Amino acid sequence: MDEKRWIPIYVFGRRYEVPEGLTIQKAMEFSGYQFIRSCGCRGGICGACVAEYRTPGDYRLKVALACQTLAETEMQIALTPFVPMNRANYCLETLKGEPEILGKIYPEIYRCLQCNTCTRVCPMEIKVMDYVAAAMKGEIEEVARFSFECVMCGACAAKCPAEISQPNVGLLARRIYGRHILPLPESLYEKISDIEKGRYKKVLKRLQQMSLEKLMEVYTQREQEPQESQDWAPKNPNFPEDI
Amino acid sequence: MSGYPESVQESIRKLEVTRLHRAKEEIPLLSLKERQELLQRYHPDYRDGGRREIHVGINQGQRVPHELADLFEGESRVRLDEVDLAGVKRETDVLIIGGGGGGASAALFAKANGAKTLITTKLRFGDSNTIMAEGGIQAAVGKFDSPALHYVDTMGGGGFQNLPHLVNALVSDAPMILEWLARLGVMFDRKDDGDLLASFAGGQCRRRVHSAADYTGMEIMRVLKDEVYHQGIEVLEFCAAAELVLDDRRRCAGAVFINLDTGERFVIRSKTVILATGGIGRLHIQGFPTTNHYGATADGLVIANRAGAKIIFMDAIQFHPTGTAYPEQLLGLLVSEAFRGWSAQLVNREGKRFINELETRDITSSAAIREVVERGNGVATPSGMQGVWLDTPLVEMNKGKGTIHQIFPHLFHRFHTFGIDITREPVLVYPTQHYQNGGILIDEYGETNVENLFGIGEVSGGVHGRNRLGGNSLLDIFVFGRRAGIKAAERSKEIEIGKLSLDHVLEYEKELKRAGALKRGIQAPLLLPDYRFEKALAKTHQ
Repeated sequence: MDEKRWIPIYVFGRRYEVPEGLTIQKAMEFSGYQFIRSCGCRGGICGACVAEYRTPGDYRLKVALACQTLAETEMQIALTPFVPMNRANYCLETLKGEPEILGKIYPEIYRCLQCNTCTRVCPMEIKVMDYVAAAMKGEIEEVARFSFECVMCGACAAKCPAEISQPNVGLLARRIYGRHILPLPESLYEKISDIEKGRYKKVLKRLQQMSLEKLMEVYTQREQEPQESQDWAPKNPNFPEDI
Repeated sequence: MSGYPESVQESIRKLEVTRLHRAKEEIPLLSLKERQELLQRYHPDYRDGGRREIHVGINQGQRVPHELADLFEGESRVRLDEVDLAGVKRETDVLIIGGGGGGASAALFAKANGAKTLITTKLRFGDSNTIMAEGGIQAAVGKFDSPALHYVDTMGGGGFQNLPHLVNALVSDAPMILEWLARLGVMFDRKDDGDLLASFAGGQCRRRVHSAADYTGMEIMRVLKDEVYHQGIEVLEFCAAAELVLDDRRRCAGAVFINLDTGERFVIRSKTVILATGGIGRLHIQGFPTTNHYGATADGLVIANRAGAKIIFMDAIQFHPTGTAYPEQLLGLLVSEAFRGWSAQLVNREGKRFINELETRDITSSAAIREVVERGNGVATPSGMQGVWLDTPLVEMNKGKGTIHQIFPHLFHRFHTFGIDITREPVLVYPTQHYQNGGILIDEYGETNVENLFGIGEVSGGVHGRNRLGGNSLLDIFVFGRRAGIKAAERSKEIEIGKLSLDHVLEYEKELKRAGALKRGIQAPLLLPDYRFEKALAKTHQ
């Protein structure tokens, strides 16, 4: 502890001294906070711990995930545990993939001022404004792909002067893309149909009743698909149905 | 520019020198006998002193980790004079405790089957280990794959101790679950021809893990959350279950909750209850770091045990071989098993491999522990942590430039933030507490021995035996979420709840006192980890 360098931070304006090198989240815990809100996965993927901060000598207000950002000397920190967002009601099943659908469900996207604040504050470094622009043009696949890494923290929505709830626009686009634009492969339905017809019932029943020794033998006999397997086929494609 | 300190540079150079040669080196998979020996010598489950017997209750005599036993023997958070069991205002058919993937899927199927459904969750809806699942979900849909092979792989991974009827349910429902998720709009990775992309996890004889980059759990969870809202299912956030409530026939009939914002205690009466509270990682078994969510504090196990639910395999903890060991800020962060599925290798300080990377997690972790603890081949960080390398640049070399950006954008970003470019430099890893293999004993519909109490996902036990395969957990939560949701909805149509009671809590505490085992001052369930003050500096958590 002694060799650690100590730095002052301000949590909601109150000063604490913490060892250097901690994330904002751990620096607050060191200061005595036990989180109920503003803490989740602690690994940068759940979007619970949005923090706003300023550092000395810099006029800019920055936004970051508290679990992924180091506390700095004289940092002023506030947390944003919740951002109210507009969520439209829709039934995914009855929607289709037509280009106008995003603007129909979220017409506020056309209010975008192109100020780029959303992109600037996104802790995941997503080009948020670009996907809002794509949404206005009805490019569902682009919105889905550009927004894919969104952790739904709401930092963009909290700052948007046009009052757009960008994470929900991205979510809608991704769901439409996944459901109505990406085709579901035939092979999946073939397998499901085989299972429903009971093709594997017999072998599964036999495996369940098998003695430990016999099951170990089956386990040891399985053929391993290789890492490079484009042209690979097992020597016995009916294993273990044929045992 | 390297993101690593000078002290480990020499070891990185050794790893780079051996890379071309290593890429072609074959290390055979171990025999079952060799596996057993490795586990017994090095796996933390087999360490002396890590576990102890539970003193009282339905699970008396079972050995569980100390950290869990302490909670089992702690005091209830509910005082009877604080709750009014006769004047309960909230009522539902299916009460779901836990807002991860299991809880959300159970809710959707319960609602679709006509039940009044309510989700309660301790933190935000979606806060769970589900969102942290990177690698993917298993389903045997490949041309040369079958549910039978999935069954055999799963049993072998679990030490052949898995409950066969549960594994049968798991593998038989898997393709249907994948289709259900895709129809809800989950963007699974595709090959160029539109077919589903699949990769390996340890212990699989076929490529069977389906992913949405390395955000698989998060992508699924945000879709399910959205669907739950669209289906009009009510969700109570920041409401932690503190006890289960039984009726006068000892059937489960609701739960006592604490509103974490206000401290208010209240009861919800329900014809059926589905526990989907997840795992145990934040208890930091044997002082290990964890990959788990902040909320993974074993709450469901604690309250179910008091209510008389049997547990199984709770001495079997999964240590994921590739938890982050450097930088400290990312300590314990999961580095997806898919990296090894995509040909990344584990390498010691001298640049040498020490295990086939597609062994199961228990074996791979044991081998990494042997490498560091017994053979002294670990790489030490300036703060004294030790680890082994995961040679991630090998993925770019074998599978083409840009593969890491495409398949692992999340992990690329996490390390990039701290100056490490994982397309050029390896990742330092060490086994990290990842999953509770056991849990509440369930049947193939998720029902426990306590009537009308169901358990699904990580809180339940049996399906994974003593060691779960990668990709079987995302699958398990939906297979049993669906089954329990449907079953609980049906059941709720035929139930008249009797008089509510918390007698089981009093009786359990009396038993503990009689045995001299009551841990005064430990309030259970834990609800939130305590990382305040000096504890924030402990090397057990990120």
